[in-house]
Amino acid sequence: MSATAEADAAPMAVPAAPAAPAAVPMRTPAVRLRGARLAYGPRVLWDGLDLDVAPGEFLAVLGPNGSGKTSLLQVLLGMRQLSAGTVQVAGRRAGRGFARLGYVPQQRPMDPQLPLRGRDLVALGLDGHRWGLAVRPAARREHRRLVDAALAAVGASGYAGAPVGRLSGGEQQRLRVAQALVGDPSVLLCDEPLLSLDLAHQRTVASLIDARRRGHGTTVLFVTHEINPILPYVDRVLYLVDGRFRIGTPDEVMSSATLSQLYRTEVDVLRIRGRIVVVGGQDGADAHHPGGP
Amino acid sequence: MITLDGTTELLTLPFVQNALLAGAVLGLLAGLLGPLAVGRGMSFAVHGTSELTFTGAAAALLLAGAGAVSYGALGAAVAAAVLFGVLGLRERERDSAIGVVLSFGLGLGVLFLALYPGRAANKFGLLVGQIVGVDRSDLTVLAGCGLAVVLVLAVIHRPLLFATFDPVAAAARGVPVRVLAVVFPVLLGVATALGVQLVGALLVIALMITPAAAAIRVSANPLVVTVLAVIFAEVAILGGIVLSLAPGLPASPYVTSIAFLIYLGCRAVAAVRGHP
Repeated sequence: MSATAEADAAPMAVPAAPAAPAAVPMRTPAVRLRGARLAYGPRVLWDGLDLDVAPGEFLAVLGPNGSGKTSLLQVLLGMRQLSAGTVQVAGRRAGRGFARLGYVPQQRPMDPQLPLRGRDLVALGLDGHRWGLAVRPAARREHRRLVDAALAAVGASGYAGAPVGRLSGGEQQRLRVAQALVGDPSVLLCDEPLLSLDLAHQRTVASLIDARRRGHGTTVLFVTHEINPILPYVDRVLYLVDGRFRIGTPDEVMSSATLSQLYRTEVDVLRIRGRIVVVGGQDGADAHHPGGP
Repeated sequence: MITLDGTTELLTLPFVQNALLAGAVLGLLAGLLGPLAVGRGMSFAVHGTSELTFTGAAAALLLAGAGAVSYGALGAAVAAAVLFGVLGLRERERDSAIGVVLSFGLGLGVLFLALYPGRAANKFGLLVGQIVGVDRSDLTVLAGCGLAVVLVLAVIHRPLLFATFDPVAAAARGVPVRVLAVVFPVLLGVATALGVQLVGALLVIALMITPAAAAIRVSANPLVVTVLAVIFAEVAILGGIVLSLAPGLPASPYVTSIAFLIYLGCRAVAAVRGHP
């Protein structure tokens, strides 16, 4: 399935980064998978996955536990190899340490004694992967400016000096978003970033991610159990179940007919006050019961 | 126990100066590595490494005499560090695995010492340190190893910090987390081996862990924590050596006491600030 319809509709702002690979033409999909297969021994997570995600597109990746949602992100990050097929990110083969990929993990409890402030966490997203010492004063000033800007963009300037382990889960996730964005990514990979956040913080974090995409044309791949907090922003859904999958708009995929086919059992999809409620299916078909990763 | 009578004259002696130089190098390494060791939850691994360093030093003493102790200690520390680094990939098993390996190593060390026919002071020195034992050639080894550790640290410190405090995001960013999980224990092992000569296998942990644990209590800024840890470690080791001169006692009880007092002081500061 192609993403051209959404690509034309989406704002095509080209990221204004000095490091932007100029060779990438506008039409190159931000993420491209062809005949992608991922298997652990005899267990096939998914196979024959063809996916083009356009620059600036917001793709939600849904599915029950163990359906290979996180593994898909790991493939894009170059941390896991496909069993078959090809994967490209921004026109080049996915590999470890591609600088223009941002990553927002799920919130995890942090040690309150961790000797790390909010701004340090964000700064690691900028140059934590670089070897050697930063000694040039000009580079240090620029570094500080970028970190300050990223902190301000997520409204975290007020607690940038506090130890990260003492902040609330919502505050930590704002910092995570800043950490992912400070490197000016062209593709943002989010792995259940709303899990264990309360509703208000879920909304804030989701809208921060969407604001980045609208402002900079950043592509977003958003792995989640719960589509409702991001429903207003989602262009398309990739729904994975037991090696089967569907790609399409939320209306196409989140329907009783499609999910019943995917789960091979009767599933009812209800729409109540702008929210989607999934009833039936196996564990995790119910989008309102977030489980493990 | 606390007296400074004649300390000034003792400070002019070459062996005292050697010990102070060695202590300064060791304090620097301990302060630089300590916060990362604490951040990685490696206090027990440091202890395990230093015990196995004792085994290596004892084996070298038995097989090749007192001159080979540094090399035996170094070899054992690096081997132990690689072992713990590899085990550290599965964190839940690490604690028990270290306990298993270190007790076996300690037993072997005791056997080697029992078989060693030489002076008893050499044996005791491995456990609690002996500053008299530091000569010029030891100092050269110490300075060389110390410089190597600092240089490697300068190159890897940012990815190491990332992998230590934020491993999930670091791995996603392409930081070789698994490689660093072995490289860092090796650096720690080298520093530990150097410390065994001076403060002894049993007490290296006081220098590697206590100053860092104290610094972490009073700041969350990684740079401030590192600077404080270096200062605390230097005060403990240099202060401990100087205080031990006049009474003619081993330096280690003074070193550990100063480190412990600094730790208590930092906890008190944290408690006053409302972060117990």
